[in-house]
Amino acid sequence: MSALDLINPKSGLYSRREPVFPRVVNGRFRRLKWTVMILCLAVYYITPWLRWDRGQFAPDQAVLVDLAGRRFFMFDIEIWPQEFYYVAGLLIMAGIGLFLVTSAVGRAWCGYACPQTVWTDLFQHVERWIDGDRNAQVKLNNAPWTAAKLGRRLVKWSLWLAIAVATGGAWIFYFADAPTLAQAFATGTAAPVAYATVGVLTATTFIFGGFMREQVCIYMCPWPRIQTAMLDEKSLIVTYRDWRGEPRTQGLKKAASASGKVGDCIDCNACVSVCPTGVDIRKGPQLGCINCALCIDACDEVMAKLNRPRGLIDYLNLDDEKHERAGGQARPILKTLLRPRTLVYFAIWASIGLAMLFFLGERARLAIDAAQDRNPVIVTLSDGQVRNGWTLKMRNMQSRPRQIELAMVGLPEGRMWTDAMDRRNAARSVRLSLAPDATTKLHLYVAAPGGVAGETPFVLNARPLDAEPGSKDARVATRTVKFIRQ
Amino acid sequence: MSHEKPRVDDATGTNLVGHEWDGIEELDTPLPRWWVYVFAATVVFSAGYVVAYPSLPDVAGSTGWSSRGQLDETLKAEAVARAPLINAVAATDITQLAANPAVMRSAIEGGRAAFKVNCVQCHGAGAAGSKGYPNLNDDDWLWGGDIASIHTTLRNGIRSPGVDETRYSQMPAFADMLTRAQIGQIVSHVRVLSGQDKASRASVAGAALFAENCASCHGADGKGNREMGAPNLTDAIWLYGGDRAALTQTIAKARFGVMPHWAGRLDDVTIKMLAAYVHSLGGGEATPAAAPAPAAETADNVGT
Repeated sequence: MSALDLINPKSGLYSRREPVFPRVVNGRFRRLKWTVMILCLAVYYITPWLRWDRGQFAPDQAVLVDLAGRRFFMFDIEIWPQEFYYVAGLLIMAGIGLFLVTSAVGRAWCGYACPQTVWTDLFQHVERWIDGDRNAQVKLNNAPWTAAKLGRRLVKWSLWLAIAVATGGAWIFYFADAPTLAQAFATGTAAPVAYATVGVLTATTFIFGGFMREQVCIYMCPWPRIQTAMLDEKSLIVTYRDWRGEPRTQGLKKAASASGKVGDCIDCNACVSVCPTGVDIRKGPQLGCINCALCIDACDEVMAKLNRPRGLIDYLNLDDEKHERAGGQARPILKTLLRPRTLVYFAIWASIGLAMLFFLGERARLAIDAAQDRNPVIVTLSDGQVRNGWTLKMRNMQSRPRQIELAMVGLPEGRMWTDAMDRRNAARSVRLSLAPDATTKLHLYVAAPGGVAGETPFVLNARPLDAEPGSKDARVATRTVKFIRQ
Repeated sequence: MSHEKPRVDDATGTNLVGHEWDGIEELDTPLPRWWVYVFAATVVFSAGYVVAYPSLPDVAGSTGWSSRGQLDETLKAEAVARAPLINAVAATDITQLAANPAVMRSAIEGGRAAFKVNCVQCHGAGAAGSKGYPNLNDDDWLWGGDIASIHTTLRNGIRSPGVDETRYSQMPAFADMLTRAQIGQIVSHVRVLSGQDKASRASVAGAALFAENCASCHGADGKGNREMGAPNLTDAIWLYGGDRAALTQTIAKARFGVMPHWAGRLDDVTIKMLAAYVHSLGGGEATPAAAPAPAAETADNVGT
């Protein structure tokens, strides 16, 4: 062994991309892909334009991530930064959901719903529309750069660019009022970050969807590695039934004359020519396979023509593949989908979701935060009483003004007043009006006779005055604080 | 030394590098070409970065950017953004600040910042003071606790040398005028006034001495006089201490606390903001004559 062996002069340090020209294919999985693509794109483009009436004090956009205002609106749900654990909960659900989907249907995300897949697919359809199907594309690719070729390329790139701009453009509408931002964007008065975001997303969509394509999946994306690690022998993956297909023959007669055994695969390469990542599924499960199942459609077409049963290439888990290879009956696909592992994942996933829904429904929409003055903690007043102070933050998380009564429970000799009041009006409770969907900050003072050492805990109760008694809105927000005398 | 032919991985057909770790071998998969281009592009970018930005010691970048310059620009932008608030404070009469809650709020916040620079040395970070330096959080004021009085104190200082308008008064040192016993009797009386002791023979004798020597400034009832900064002796707050030893020293030797004047040293707006801040600490008093009620209740600051 020498160090020189580490560098293999034959393979080289790098290799060029082998262009992929997937042929158009029709079939059930192609139709499923169409459906998912239209659904994903529709949700992505339409969502920011949906309106949702929340009254005059909150925006009327159904889904809005208001970063500047630090509010997250999703239909009837409004999340404050303090409640970000709901988003964390969603991320945990996404994680468990990933386990669930991967253990049940393998890399379904990669094959159907990943934006890279969806936009690459869309770009490839544009490509076929302009350049024609696989053979025409290969021919054009190899042709010299004539005016006609340049023209076609420019048309294709322009269409891609238009899609890319629309893609990047739609993103920003999730973060501001869509109609207002659209107008500002068009008139050049939107924030620079809006243009920068659109620019970056346009560039990435154009480059990743138009030119990088499967390179993103194979070299850049961590997902295939993660998902591959989570697959087991029961996960549904796209599998070539090689015990049925091999040996491959390109003509039945020729095969029959050579030896007795004839496989179903006629080596027509239909599965390879439709593959958007350019892999040969017949080599077995591999990183480049995004499980889009287009090769299943392609092979089924061929098998139908040959009057052979469909499913030479099929969604099949490795266990069942072994079972069938040994001569067993094909098992129903439901047995793969519904097995203890997927059911446990689903139960966990659903419990988290239900728990979150429950807590969302039950969460407080009125809260008190009290930060005690620390410098000085104790102020002796001229009449000998001792004063403590708190910075109160009253969070009114409803989109309407609230009237509340803030009252002391405990410390019977204490009296309170706010920085908007005079101590002469100090009492056991004060009335406050809270601004809609905002934090009302005020300073609270409490004075009580001194002389006793130590801390006396008492409770601050914020009781809504503007809600039906007994209703959810009438719930009292409380906070326990300490009165410190010495 | 002969080169072995690289072994080929059966499953992928790719050459093996030759490393082996517990049976796991590394494939010699070539990098995609675009990856190498990206690497080259980053090298080109770094060269441009070195030229454009200050990367080498003592060499300014061609763009002229520096973190110090950026800070200057940020500060300038902040000053411009703050100007309307500052102007609003400047344009509002000190007694009218409370009527404009938004202006008052910015004045208080500006004062909070200025206090940390100019006042904490004596009054402490929380304005709680210490012996000889008044606590600004409480409701006891030597020279008045309404915002205009605080403003005047801030502008002119207390016994600040060389300022005609400064607040000035001086308590005599009674050690030269009274005997130790007499001073002790006055101390007894003052402690009765402030409710710390019960009346005694000494305090009764002290009451007569108090009326003779002290009442002209502190008042017959000992409640003090803000006109001349004479402290209220009946309350619970003592600037130099209310125990016998501290009171004895105060009467015998007198005190002469000084606060510098700030007019001319700080700009008018800053002094105004400091007055607003000190007034907001919990002991601020309403402006005496016809105190205007807050004109508008705001969401941030509403109480009844």
